[in-house]
Amino acid sequence: MRYLPLTDTDRSAMLAKIGAADIDALFADVPAEARLSGPIEGLPLHQSEMAVERHMRALAKKNLAAADAAFFCGAGAYRHHIPASVDHIIQRGEFLTAYTPYQPEIAQGTLQMLFEFQTQVARLYGCAVANASMYDGSTAAWEAVAMASRVTRRRRAVLSGALHPHYVETIRTMAKFTGDEIADALPTIQGSPDITGLIDRIDDQTSCVVVQYPDILGRLTDLAAIAEAAHAKGALLIAVNTEPVALGAIKSPGELGADIVVGEGQALGVGLQFGGPYLGLFAVRDPKHVRQMPGRLCGETVDAEGKRGFVLTLSTREQHIRREKATSNICTNSGLCALAFSVHLTLLGEEGLRRLAAENHRLACLAADRLARVPGVLVLNDSFFNEFTVMLGQDARDVVRRLTDKHILAGVSLGRLYPAHDALHEGLVVAVTETTSEEDIETLASALEEVLA
Amino acid sequence: MPRYFTDEHEWIEVDGDTATVGITDYAQGQLGDIVFVELPQPGTQVAKGKDAAVVESVKAASDVYAPITGEVTEANGALEDDPALVNSAPEDGGWFFKLTISDPSELEGLMDAAAYKSFCDGL
Repeated sequence: MRYLPLTDTDRSAMLAKIGAADIDALFADVPAEARLSGPIEGLPLHQSEMAVERHMRALAKKNLAAADAAFFCGAGAYRHHIPASVDHIIQRGEFLTAYTPYQPEIAQGTLQMLFEFQTQVARLYGCAVANASMYDGSTAAWEAVAMASRVTRRRRAVLSGALHPHYVETIRTMAKFTGDEIADALPTIQGSPDITGLIDRIDDQTSCVVVQYPDILGRLTDLAAIAEAAHAKGALLIAVNTEPVALGAIKSPGELGADIVVGEGQALGVGLQFGGPYLGLFAVRDPKHVRQMPGRLCGETVDAEGKRGFVLTLSTREQHIRREKATSNICTNSGLCALAFSVHLTLLGEEGLRRLAAENHRLACLAADRLARVPGVLVLNDSFFNEFTVMLGQDARDVVRRLTDKHILAGVSLGRLYPAHDALHEGLVVAVTETTSEEDIETLASALEEVLA
Repeated sequence: MPRYFTDEHEWIEVDGDTATVGITDYAQGQLGDIVFVELPQPGTQVAKGKDAAVVESVKAASDVYAPITGEVTEANGALEDDPALVNSAPEDGGWFFKLTISDPSELEGLMDAAAYKSFCDGL
């Protein structure tokens, strides 16, 4: 490979080859309003480093950051306290890498850490085997759907209406290229998820049923009943979890009969970080399915002298060996995020995770009780962990905007999640974690009283 | 029963309207320890020269091609529990699948045991 800049001729040749008119055509999928159309406003083309920093800092101040507000946003990304020691440990030379290595056995530190990570994920999810991680929760959900097609040799996935709409979009996008049929639905605005409706949609062509647990509205569902119904039709149950801290308080999906358990690991160790990079978790309950798993898998073994060591195992599933017949095109993992997750969870320990989960739930109960006393507010959920949905009797997006002016980030409105569905617009998903103080809850409740009055 | 060989190192043994397919002793020797075999489901249509199964050793995953066109009638379930049968008995108990013979003339281009032996000697 030559490390020389491309010439205009090189560029035209490459664009001609792929049939793109110009470089901008490659960004057609980014909405026009999200693209920068010219120089940054107020910044001349030539300016000193210090002046640029000053200008950018002023621009950044227009944002209202999570740590500067009473913060109740969740819906798939959660703010938790990450101990300072996590950042310190992940920067150690034995560990620090963004990827699984391509000459893996020389990086025993990384492999050992991944082995521990897989063990943690498998135990958290109640599964036999977890992989070394995926890109994020939504792509892990798609990989689970694709895996279910391989296992069952069927091509119809039934998605619960209460699966995160961004996950649904990711699954739909990928299914465009594989021909899988995706049967999705909208969430029902009820205290409990519509299990009967979901079970009725399973037929003998169904490869899998995809259920979020807790769901997009924060509700808990009877996974065991859905697992039984899916298995009776020869389909697999895929459970999706977006808040791993919940598993310190509720039964694991694997214990309840889910065949594949996937989710977002961001809540532990990773931080909100403007939406990414995040951490996809992926595990299977039954070891017989391991060959159909996507992604990298680290295993423990012994070397020629009988000493304990770690390897990447079952690589023949992977693209660098199996080519187009690989289980997935992922040939990497989210190494650094997986490390942060693993370090955070190790520092917590099992007991620490249970205490953290209990504190999240306690504060969420306080918040739900307090908000229920606000005139015009209806708390929807019959059950929840650290997130619940309130109905506001008016478009929640407007309420969120007005509360933002008061430095309160009140939650994620269903209007934002489902912009095309007016019937859902009065809903607001409110998340409460250990970072939420009782004062924050009072601030939200009293501001909501004013705004709704 | 007549047995034929392909230059991709599959063997096929004809028994009336059906045939049994596996990989040769030479092939298993080249692949090394077999750890997994992915077999076609009964009912699958396979075409001459197209991939029909996958054999996985500790170092590689390789396609196994159908020597002739036909419909798979049976897959060797014993390989699921004991893939090493392909190493120990490649041309016997380590067979892969049975299929119907759509066009017997497709067998004409294949090698017999003597021709296959000299083919391997030349490799």
